[in-house]
Amino acid sequence: MLVGCGEKRQRAVPPEGETSTTQGREQVPTGEASAFPIYDFESFEPLLHQGDGKIHIINFWATWCKPCLEEMPHFERIHAEYRDKGVVVVLVSLDMPNMWKSRLEPYVERKGIKSRVVILDDPQQHDWIPKVSPQWGGGIPATLIYNQERRTFHERGFTYGELVAEIEKFNL
Amino acid sequence: MKTYVIIFLSATMLALGGLLALNAIGEGPVETGYAIGDRATDFSLRNVDGNMVSLSDYPRAKGFVVIFTCNDCPYAMAYQDRIIALDHKYRPLGVPVIAIQPNSPEAKPGESLDKMRERALEKEYPFPYLLDEGQSIYPQYGATRTPQVFLLEKTPDGNIVRYIGAVDDNYRDPGAVERKFAENAIDALLAGREISPQTTKAIGCSIK
Repeated sequence: MLVGCGEKRQRAVPPEGETSTTQGREQVPTGEASAFPIYDFESFEPLLHQGDGKIHIINFWATWCKPCLEEMPHFERIHAEYRDKGVVVVLVSLDMPNMWKSRLEPYVERKGIKSRVVILDDPQQHDWIPKVSPQWGGGIPATLIYNQERRTFHERGFTYGELVAEIEKFNL
Repeated sequence: MKTYVIIFLSATMLALGGLLALNAIGEGPVETGYAIGDRATDFSLRNVDGNMVSLSDYPRAKGFVVIFTCNDCPYAMAYQDRIIALDHKYRPLGVPVIAIQPNSPEAKPGESLDKMRERALEKEYPFPYLLDEGQSIYPQYGATRTPQVFLLEKTPDGNIVRYIGAVDDNYRDPGAVERKFAENAIDALLAGREISPQTTKAIGCSIK
């Protein structure tokens, strides 16, 4: 038997504080692994509905998306300056499996990214894009900002000032 | 009097345009471009072989698979063989693929007409691969990313938009595709059946 062949992809652990036992949809294993947790949409979805009183900034990006990389420093700055004020930044990479080792990991390493990085690897995009937001056409960068009271979605890039302005519409 | 009406209308349109522009800076995507049932504009765009191509060059076509795609986008690359297959299958049935590269070569040097020609030769594209020079066509269609399909039906009233969206439901693995959105739409169009779904969503590369 070939080692690794037919092995089920390791499922990402559920987000902290969650005890979900739901299994993600089985997919063709790509054989790729990464230093970052890999989610399909089903296992990823709880990250969009955390009821912990914090403001969650969920940024969808990829290393091949230039405007995504341009706004990355702003999310990092938000992480550094608002972490203690109850703001959580999650950088959701949509890089393809063959880019995880070759591009994603070197980029995060090189830039010294401190925010949480996860991989969303679910090719059934038509099914999950509307579950992130009905407003989303599928372009990136795209960012969801939410807490228990408020939820906004932005299919565009941000400057630091615009990001702060959006966060301050929430009750910190 | 007539002049005043025109001026008033122009002012109104400017004001509306301003509102739309404001909205574009605000939240969420703005509904611009074509919806299902709209009449799509024809164009005259340069092909990689140097010739200009228009939809009106195809008098016998029953429709068109207009695909906004490009050279360097990983999703466009993942789909290039499937786009070739679409043309092989549907051109003989009267629905050829017309590929349009909407990115500005100034913003993205990898998307120049020369680079497009290299790709077309390398992959032996059987369809025209046109540069949207001056980027005047993709905003009219409302294309937002590559690859994105606009299926048009040729009617006496012009080319009517019948489907907008993805080629299929799995960019990564053609063997794992469960729903061939574009093919199903073309089959339905050719059979005179209702197309469902008429729009689909997919991650793609934003157009610059």
